[in-house]
Amino acid sequence: MKSRRQFIKISSLSTAGLIFGGGLLESFANSLVKDNKSYFKGPYDFTRTPTYCEVCFWKCAGWVYKDENGRIKKIIGNDLDPNCNGRFCPRGTGGVGMYYDEDRLKTPLIRKEIDGNQTYVEASWDEAFEFIATKMKQIKKEHGPESTALFTHGSGGKYFGKLLKAFGSNNIAAPSYAQCRGPREVAFISTFGQGINSPENTDIRDTKCLVLIGSHLGENMHNGQVQEMSDAIDKGANIITVDPRFSTVAGKSKHWLPIKPATDNALLLAWMNVIINEGLYDKEYVEKYTFGFDQLKDHIQRYTPEWAYGVTTIKPQQIRETAREMANAAPAVIVHPGRHVTWYGDDTQRLRAVAILNALLGSWGRRGGFYNPEKAEVPHYKLPAFPKPKKNWRDAMDGKYNLADLALASGVCDASIPGPDMDYAIKAWIVNGTNLINTLPDQKKTIQAIQELDLIAVVDTMPMEITGYADVVLPECTYLERYDALRISQGREPSIALRMPAVDPLYNTKPAYWMARELAKKLDLLDYFPFENIEEEIDWELKQVGTSLEEMQRVGVKKLEREFDDLYFADGEDVEFNTNTGKIELYSTALEEEGFDPMPVYTPHPEPEEGFYRLIYGRAPMHTFSRTANNPNLTDLMDENTCWVNPKVAKEWDLSSGQYVYLENQDGVISEFPIKVRVTERIRFDSIYMVHGFGHADKRMKRCFGKGVSDTQLITNVMTDPIMGGTGMRGNFVTFRTDIKKSEV
Amino acid sequence: MREEIIVSGRNNPLIDPQLHVWHWEIPTYLFLGGLAAGLMFFAALYTIRNKENEYKTAVKIAPIIAPIALVLGLIALFLDLHHKLYFWRLYTTIRLESPMSWGAWTLMVVTPLSIIWTAIHMKDIFPKWNWKFDVIEELIEFFKKHKKTLAWIMLISSAILGIYTGILFSAFNARPLWNTSILGPLFLASGLSAGAAVVIWMSKNHLERKRFAQLDLMIIGIELFLIIHMFMGFLASTQVQIDAANLFLGGAYTAPFWIFVVFLGMIVPAILEGMELKGFKIPVAIPVVLVLFGSVMLRFIIAYAGQASRWLY
Amino acid sequence: MRYAMAIDTKKCVGCSDCVVACQTENDVPIGYCRDWVVEVMDGTYPQLEMELRSERCNHCENSPCVRCCPTGASHYSEGGTVLVTKNECIGCSACITSCPYDARFVHPEGYVDKCTFCLHRVKKGMQPACVAVCPTKCMYFGDLDDPRSEVSQILKKRKYKTLIPEAGTKPHLYFLI
Repeated sequence: MKSRRQFIKISSLSTAGLIFGGGLLESFANSLVKDNKSYFKGPYDFTRTPTYCEVCFWKCAGWVYKDENGRIKKIIGNDLDPNCNGRFCPRGTGGVGMYYDEDRLKTPLIRKEIDGNQTYVEASWDEAFEFIATKMKQIKKEHGPESTALFTHGSGGKYFGKLLKAFGSNNIAAPSYAQCRGPREVAFISTFGQGINSPENTDIRDTKCLVLIGSHLGENMHNGQVQEMSDAIDKGANIITVDPRFSTVAGKSKHWLPIKPATDNALLLAWMNVIINEGLYDKEYVEKYTFGFDQLKDHIQRYTPEWAYGVTTIKPQQIRETAREMANAAPAVIVHPGRHVTWYGDDTQRLRAVAILNALLGSWGRRGGFYNPEKAEVPHYKLPAFPKPKKNWRDAMDGKYNLADLALASGVCDASIPGPDMDYAIKAWIVNGTNLINTLPDQKKTIQAIQELDLIAVVDTMPMEITGYADVVLPECTYLERYDALRISQGREPSIALRMPAVDPLYNTKPAYWMARELAKKLDLLDYFPFENIEEEIDWELKQVGTSLEEMQRVGVKKLEREFDDLYFADGEDVEFNTNTGKIELYSTALEEEGFDPMPVYTPHPEPEEGFYRLIYGRAPMHTFSRTANNPNLTDLMDENTCWVNPKVAKEWDLSSGQYVYLENQDGVISEFPIKVRVTERIRFDSIYMVHGFGHADKRMKRCFGKGVSDTQLITNVMTDPIMGGTGMRGNFVTFRTDIKKSEV
Repeated sequence: MREEIIVSGRNNPLIDPQLHVWHWEIPTYLFLGGLAAGLMFFAALYTIRNKENEYKTAVKIAPIIAPIALVLGLIALFLDLHHKLYFWRLYTTIRLESPMSWGAWTLMVVTPLSIIWTAIHMKDIFPKWNWKFDVIEELIEFFKKHKKTLAWIMLISSAILGIYTGILFSAFNARPLWNTSILGPLFLASGLSAGAAVVIWMSKNHLERKRFAQLDLMIIGIELFLIIHMFMGFLASTQVQIDAANLFLGGAYTAPFWIFVVFLGMIVPAILEGMELKGFKIPVAIPVVLVLFGSVMLRFIIAYAGQASRWLY
Repeated sequence: MRYAMAIDTKKCVGCSDCVVACQTENDVPIGYCRDWVVEVMDGTYPQLEMELRSERCNHCENSPCVRCCPTGASHYSEGGTVLVTKNECIGCSACITSCPYDARFVHPEGYVDKCTFCLHRVKKGMQPACVAVCPTKCMYFGDLDDPRSEVSQILKKRKYKTLIPEAGTKPHLYFLI
């Protein structure tokens, strides 16, 4: 009998659990830990231990320093690491706060119904795993193992992913695809045969011209990119920023194009027009490496700068000037693909335009443009073959999104809602390190999907909103308290980094690899987890590449030799691209096959009506996702987001800086909390701006509860990209509800 | 539009959003210090001019308030310190550039002086007083013999005490409102005025009251003159000073300052005392209380408003 | 030897890494900060200008805080750095009131605290925590009296300004503009 999941808002402990279970369970859990000493062999007598950061996805490697009492004091970057060059960003430096946050999840919780009320009862690890394993086996019997899915945006995902694959499912989704960078991956794969991935292969430090379309480097704190941008500025590079908002980087740009929102495609096409018609493109490069130039040339004739002026409000003169500026700097020019590009539903086409521009300028594979990244090849211990799943989430997508190269988190979510013509639905979710409630747009749908599940288990360090919907909550220890798989990132030179614990896990928390292995035991999948403790596994892998755990513990990061000396294309080199034609496809045959426009076109998007303003969201350099909103060190810098309002608009609505106001969107959704107004000239009169990641509704996070507004809550209109299923989120408009006073809602 | 904001969330207690490190303790001490200075100044002045018996209250009786005020003031100062256990460090060094150091040492001199002065005149205040110990009687005789010297020392040190309370503030250039050399004389005048008022209150001698009323009137006149010139100075100065002056000319402190300090604390008592001199019968308490009130409010308002005035953001 | 810091406002992105790094390096309690970031915006959309500054105690050569300290707890140390000796400070807050930059604050333990230019690190040849962590490398620190130091070199090459020069404090924090 499925009972609908109530969002458990109040304190998660039930009196029954406390009286009967609490103390006994705690001591039982502790005895489990003591018996299993080998899972953790932390060296506490080191004053510094290597780790790589888990706060965002950049995974900078660094050193954790402890004071004379063995308590974590500070985190500093590892000088050998190409991702950070010895300097951590504010979130990484503030990572100590993740460890010291007293609102952390402390013990496993199981949802129980007591007296008609649903609440969480503290449980032992064994109870929790038993619960999950039983349910999973049941689902396997009734629906097949392919009905399970994993959502992950944390290092633990590797282990849960392995578990799921061993179980028989490959529905492993990260929200960073369809909710973030998906469109650019598909666009660049269709053009160059290669995606961008992370960290981006943009050669910013040697570029002469950096073109940012909506990307707000400096507020989005991609460590390596911000560092390289600074190097580029030192060397005299010019920056062209296209943004309706005066971002920090716009303040450092030679040209800031205050474009009307949702019209970027028009500008890109007009640039192509100028660059082709004035002969500013790299003729040799285009001749040698590209396919479809003639079709492209015909196609862009109508997209003149004069036409673009009418659409974007950018003067034709400025369009021509900036195009010439880019061409002047070529090939050391980057039209940056950005990262979060799911805006209006035609995002893959917009990123295709970006890719085409880069190809015309000849920056792909050239110094100052895009380099060829390489990733270290670290062999993994040979495991038995994974069972082949008979179906996966794609089967619930009705033949759509064939070009998507990774799983869509939103797709998996949609596949969990049974429909009349769906013969396959997802029945169980394991969620690791991603707060789906504030990540997936259209919160109503996410919650509806959750209600249809037979099992949802959430693994997290903080009591984020998603944990309020879970059947089982497994408290993960922070990255400072555990080992994890080696960090193997792409870059100019391949590198590997080690994460090892600096201290013992606090409270009754455990690392993901231990949880996955314990679950594997219960599911009879121990064959896939042959190593009893993770240090042996890591040591084995390191020995394959000529180093060892002991060495890595001393150095933290090891750079390896590139296999080929092909960082950039050599002059006149013959290059084969991984596309249908073997060339850079300005005219995309892959898209054409699927029935989509082979070259980008301009489509206008809905605009806000009278009294409404487009909701634009972004980042602040001291926070990331909604993950850091409760971190004590980082809330010290910024504890709530503000609503940027243009002074003309503020005058109309009689709003002043510091005032709190509720927002309502076009679908009638009113924000749960009020947001502080910042009257500033930095935002256009037809939009408002706020930083993503606030407006937390979970009372267990005492520092951030009720502070600011959650933009995700107001994103109910999702413009889905027909090509790869990306969820465009910038088609939402809000108005001010100055009539609502705080006590009413 | 111009914005100048702190974007890293600085919210240091007592500093943000507006500086407010000194609360009631400092203005209280400044008032009590000023009052004690005024009382002792007049006591010393008329002793030196050999008018001891003419102005008995001023010289012999009113000064008992001084040590009480000083001790209370010192307690207030001690309470203001954040690192109380280390207060004794004040007396391990003299720092000539620090008005606070001056103040600490001046108080070291003035407080015992005021106690001695009161001790000398104990029998005048309480006729039945008996010192019980011969040692004390002898000491008092010694001091009585050197009364003139004592008076000179007291005159100078009380003047320093009175003026230093103002100089203390004006040494802080960082607070534009205090960045005026008029503050020193203003506070001294305010202190003398308070002292004179107390003498008027306690005196039973008509001549003395008349004399001190005249003195008070003159001092109030000087105070008003100083205040007007202070504002003229601010308004003719840099933008930060104009902003500081605007706190009193339309800003948050306008009403309290002009009503409590100037009108009720200076103009009304001046009128009342003037009328008294002309022969009208005014209950003595009224102008005295108003003067004291005005003196207290002056210090509170200047202390608080000064912290609100700033150079940056 | 005169220690000084130069900050390039053209490269600073206002990330406030300097604030967190200082906090973890110097055990600054949560809720307090020794340095902060200021954003200045001027103009009307779309003619706009922005300046970002990372500010802290200026370690002035003619510092009012050292002059007004009654116990001498506030003093000049190596390289002209202004420091506070914890157990000589009585917490009278005179220095706080005398600082035109509002750089000082009262530590919860009762003494007055502020930026120390991480002298404990500088003595070991390292840079202050904020300078060492800055991702844009926009901060330069060194000895003004040494013509080969980073800070001397950059001040020769670039235009710079100080805050409230008219206050006469001779600050050692330079903002490259």
